[in-house]
Amino acid sequence: MLLARVAENLYWMGRYLERAENLARLINVNSHLLLDLPKGIAPGWRPLIEITGNMALYSERQSEFDEVRVLRFLVTADDNPGSILASLYYARENARTIRDIIPREAWELINALHHYARENQASALSKRGRFDYLNQIILRNQTLTGCLVGTMNRDAGYTFVSLGQNIERADMTSRFIDVQSANLIDDEQPEEHPRNAIQWISVLKSLSGYQAYRRAMQVRVRRTAVLRFLLQHREFPRTVRHALAEVAASLRSLPNHDRPLALALRLEQGIENSDVERLSQQALHRLIDELQIGLGELSQAIAERYFLKPHPTVAEQSQDALDVE
Amino acid sequence: MTIDCAGYPNQNLHDELIDEQQQPRPVARALLQHLASFSDDEIGSLIAAANLAIKEMGISFTVYTEAEGSIDRAWPFDLLPRIMAKREWDGIERGLKQRVKALNLFIDDLYHEQRIIKDGVFPRELLENSQNFRPQCMEVDPPLGIWAHICGSDLVRDRDGTVYVLEDNLRVPSGVSYMLENRQVLKRVFPELFENYNIQPVDDYSSQLFDTLTAISPRPVEFPQVVVLTPGIYNSAYFEHAYLAQQMGCELVEGRDLVVGKDDIVYMQTMAGLKRVDVIYRRIDDLFMDPEAFNPTSLLGVPGLMRAWKAGNVALANAPGAGVADDKVVYAFVPEVIRYYLGEEIALPNVPTWLCMKPGDREYVLDHLAELVIKPANESGGYGMLIGPHASKKELAQFARLIQDNPRNYIAQPTLSLSTVPTLVDQKIEPRHVDLRPFILSGRQTFVTMGGLTRVALRKGSLVVNSSQGGGSKDTWIVDEENR
Repeated sequence: MLLARVAENLYWMGRYLERAENLARLINVNSHLLLDLPKGIAPGWRPLIEITGNMALYSERQSEFDEVRVLRFLVTADDNPGSILASLYYARENARTIRDIIPREAWELINALHHYARENQASALSKRGRFDYLNQIILRNQTLTGCLVGTMNRDAGYTFVSLGQNIERADMTSRFIDVQSANLIDDEQPEEHPRNAIQWISVLKSLSGYQAYRRAMQVRVRRTAVLRFLLQHREFPRTVRHALAEVAASLRSLPNHDRPLALALRLEQGIENSDVERLSQQALHRLIDELQIGLGELSQAIAERYFLKPHPTVAEQSQDALDVE
Repeated sequence: MTIDCAGYPNQNLHDELIDEQQQPRPVARALLQHLASFSDDEIGSLIAAANLAIKEMGISFTVYTEAEGSIDRAWPFDLLPRIMAKREWDGIERGLKQRVKALNLFIDDLYHEQRIIKDGVFPRELLENSQNFRPQCMEVDPPLGIWAHICGSDLVRDRDGTVYVLEDNLRVPSGVSYMLENRQVLKRVFPELFENYNIQPVDDYSSQLFDTLTAISPRPVEFPQVVVLTPGIYNSAYFEHAYLAQQMGCELVEGRDLVVGKDDIVYMQTMAGLKRVDVIYRRIDDLFMDPEAFNPTSLLGVPGLMRAWKAGNVALANAPGAGVADDKVVYAFVPEVIRYYLGEEIALPNVPTWLCMKPGDREYVLDHLAELVIKPANESGGYGMLIGPHASKKELAQFARLIQDNPRNYIAQPTLSLSTVPTLVDQKIEPRHVDLRPFILSGRQTFVTMGGLTRVALRKGSLVVNSSQGGGSKDTWIVDEENR
């Protein structure tokens, strides 16, 4: 029977790895967007701080939102627990205590990724080195995921890695939509405006979803179709709906899943039933906010149901939660 | 011919494989003939094969540093086995069984009526000053009356060939995983020798250990829940904890995975809720095991574990308080302990030991400091020792003072000349000192490993075999020559 502590380590390993990869993708998309926008009117790097939910922490340390400061904060800062380096550090710390559970090669890849990101951090701050650096982080993460998929037992342990990855992915994909929305110069801008299409293409490409979009939607790239694709498409593995469906499937295979599964299904239905075509910019923002809050509740419910509890709480519970073998 | 007994420098030593005339001992003949047929290159490729096997099998010491994360240190190993005839080993095995049986009776008596003290055989003040006596264990009845389920006793052979017990480890003896892995490596490297020799197998240890543990389950269920309790990844023996859990197919838990309910039952926290634990093979020292009963600042332990154990709801191996019998002062009394409980004479000799607490012994020790080894009663791992023949005047004076200030804390023994085994050094053989740690399991039956872990001091002339201080290990072959 999988220990609660081990389940927790596997879940957070999955989340932190996914977070590092998506942060790299997020920074890539913003870099590309800025290159395409007319000079002087671009919102620049400030939206990335807002979108990653870091405004309070950032404001304590900085008042400027220039490229180097924001990148340093998001990629390399030791005092930002949400930076790429910090995420990789936490992923490794979680993996280290369960080295006997995950494949040995997976541990070695995590360790190597952590070292790569740390040793080459300077290149993330230069315009020229940045793309290669972020791309390495994405590719190494993909290799690692492949290693886990290809060599790990399909038992409860794997289920928790997958839960962590998909919850994080649903959350981060919704943030990608926010980035683009924040960069929209004018809400009323006609959908057909070429600049608008270019921006959405950047978002799709940074999620490796451009080809899938073309095949699935069979229309020119425009806002409503991209939103429908990123939120509601079933098959592409980085869409919100696909990630939520994976979460629900994972939860179904675990015991005592009633509350977490109910939360996951509610989130999935909320996305499925929203009329994306008609959402105003504000309503879209609200939908994404609710999704992110819902994912937080889901994560909390999973922790309460499956993870290690501090001693006193459990001691009180042990009378009514006796032996479940 | 690169490996040759002629010219092997073993004057004034007892070598396990090569005699004083520089001829192979009978048990070693086939091995040394085999080795002599190899060229330098072939020896080199044997070493490479062994190193590859170690790497592939993932045998390691795990050392953690903040900068680099976990490092798997190359694990020091010498290819040439130590070999002993089964006929000799059978006598040692009998002696070990006798010894551990008596020690378990002794511990049980100390925590109950203390007859051995009332009968004047064992001095009461020794018990009162013992650092490993746990008053919390008084009147507890562990299953089968056994306290030390797993014992690792260190054996050495002196120059005249006598095998002595140097000490007993009754708390959390380690090293057995290396014994098992050493054998796997040698089977890969010398398969032809395993065909020619009748080498006694060692790999049933994990299942014997599992049987020993399930036998003490308080619940008479078919599949009791057995766990291995580790202090965690920072512990130097973590590899062994993980290895044994894996081999026995049971969970490797840390203190925070376990919880004791108001019902005094131990549970482990799984993702599907609490699951009752029956037997804990604990690799955490007594004092860190339960902050409620012992060290209140320990974060490694499980609050309430002693309560659950005393209530008979969980079995602990080894039982808390078992360490009272591996004190170096208690060691000196083992011959009396065996006589007292079993009515037998000690079969496997103790090293002659002077107790500094006895005025006559103390006087002798102070007069002969420069010839003796002085050991503090409650240290292990070779710490706080004085080796008289190697000590400076200043150190001798310092120890004389220490002994006079606290005589109860010191014992003295003659300086033994540990036996040697040929060891590969630059593709030649040289003698290196060894000891031997067999493991004795006590449950419904008593089981002794065939041989044990041979530890070798890899530095020339060194007598220190501890892995933290330049020691390595060798495979140990018990060879049955009579039943080939």
